[in-house]
Amino acid sequence: MPDLGSYSVYVLSAYGVSFVLLALIIFTSLRRSAKTLAELSDIEARRDAAREAAKNG
Amino acid sequence: MSIWEYANPVRFMRTSAVLLPWVSVGAALCLSVGLIWGFFFTPDDYRQGSTVKIIYLHVPSAMMAINIWAMMLVTSLIWVIRRHHVSVLAAKAAAPIGAIMTMIALATGAIWGQPMWGTWWEWDPRLTAFLILFLFYLGYIALWAALENPDTAADLTSIVCLVGSVFAVISRYAINFWNQGLHQGASLSLDAEENVSDVFWQPLVLCIVGFILLFVALLLVRTRTEIRARRLMALKLRERTA
Repeated sequence: MPDLGSYSVYVLSAYGVSFVLLALIIFTSLRRSAKTLAELSDIEARRDAAREAAKNG
Repeated sequence: MSIWEYANPVRFMRTSAVLLPWVSVGAALCLSVGLIWGFFFTPDDYRQGSTVKIIYLHVPSAMMAINIWAMMLVTSLIWVIRRHHVSVLAAKAAAPIGAIMTMIALATGAIWGQPMWGTWWEWDPRLTAFLILFLFYLGYIALWAALENPDTAADLTSIVCLVGSVFAVISRYAINFWNQGLHQGASLSLDAEENVSDVFWQPLVLCIVGFILLFVALLLVRTRTEIRARRLMALKLRERTA
């Protein structure tokens, strides 16, 4: 750890705030992506099953 | 091959799936090396002391905040002129990333300003324009959330984007326009006297590249999600009406 002197609180809090905000946007983007993909796969599977059932009479 | 081919969602999904892992790895590498280099292996500045290390977050995030809005302006104009859905969905996907970049720039600037200027905030032209740009980001996101019809939302948010561009330009060039306020000039300049010293410049450039790649990676993820969400909405509607 470098010696940040009397400004250590300022430097560390700037890094802390930035990392939290970056983590927040990465996490929310990935979570929404996974959720949407799961929902889409689900509805497409249902649609394919319905089509198959209709084809088989 | 034309750039308009990427307006086709299928083509966009295929190309972005190939690009995404490479861009993500590039972002992680550049950010890790740039931030570790800047934080651990650069000296203190003779005037700013160790607070100079905040530059590796503040400068790239501020640059991204302005340039993301510029990207949103271009993609919104493409929507208005050519009605390409992928284009406006990319603008929608970029807005929360831009808002976060603006928040980082404002927060790190305030934290740096307290020990250096003796104040967290000053109603300086550049800072004020930046705060207004942040409010435009919030307004843009809120408008998308408030309107149910996606095409109406796309039209109205494109207008917001056009108006907000004035503040994006002001926040970049306020110093040149008014030549007053606390905020100093650009840290990166072709003028050797104005440019930040070499010892800080190299890790700073790496951090800027890292922030750009991180933005591209997040933009690809979020635009892919928006395209899927649009398809999901259409399938749900079809299921309900069947």
